[in-house]
Amino acid sequence: MVPVTWYIALSAVLFMIGAAGVLTRRNVIVILMSIELMLNSVNINFMAFSYLLGDMTGQIFTIFTITVAAAEVAVALGILIALVRSNKTFNVDEIDALKG
Amino acid sequence: MEKLFFLMFAAVAIASGLAVVTARNPVHSALALIVCLIQVAALFVLLRSPFLAAVQIFIYVGAVMVLFLFVVLILDMRKAVLQAFPPVKKRFVVGVILVLMAQILAFVFVTPMGLSPAGGWEPTVESIGRMLFTKYLFPFEVVSVILLAALVAAIVIAKERR
Repeated sequence: MVPVTWYIALSAVLFMIGAAGVLTRRNVIVILMSIELMLNSVNINFMAFSYLLGDMTGQIFTIFTITVAAAEVAVALGILIALVRSNKTFNVDEIDALKG
Repeated sequence: MEKLFFLMFAAVAIASGLAVVTARNPVHSALALIVCLIQVAALFVLLRSPFLAAVQIFIYVGAVMVLFLFVVLILDMRKAVLQAFPPVKKRFVVGVILVLMAQILAFVFVTPMGLSPAGGWEPTVESIGRMLFTKYLFPFEVVSVILLAALVAAIVIAKERR
């Protein structure tokens, strides 16, 4: 039987790897993928506690998280295509059209 | 035996997660992320939830990552691939992340948590569906409206303007 602590530790490590990716990388697509990694670590957490408590709510929330992540990726990649078409850059430091 | 499998999946998941962040080519990042998501699906099976594992593989690996790969292929990334990591502040960020990780892991391992899961708990498709359509009906409808809005928004935003 795997202790639930291990799952939570794994999810913390994956979350921190994703956070490091968001903070250090400058390519928009890689930043989006790092966000996906962080969302997945949250899913592991939900599932681990659902298993520990014998409660179905964690499973439902995992389904919601996956759905919202899919919606987020669709919109983000649409914005990205429009942005790259007009700006010709992938560097987030150069994307500052909304800056006042 | 189960611990052995967990350690195997966890090791591959962490290694491929690191590859996502460190790979210079976005295509390599996307492929590493696919490996990581499949490992997470395997962990869901270890947590006795085969339905969520199937959903994870269908939606994440089947839909989301294919979308990522398509966008990487549509957009010309050759110049972006050649760009190196920004030298500034990278070491600082990694240091902060390591400190935070050590802190979280210390908290996780110090906190006493029940180790024996509740018995007789079998999340089948039927029980998940029953809960989704009774207790969580309103959030379910909200999520479906969000999906519709995202669908329309993605098409409208990505469409070429004349």
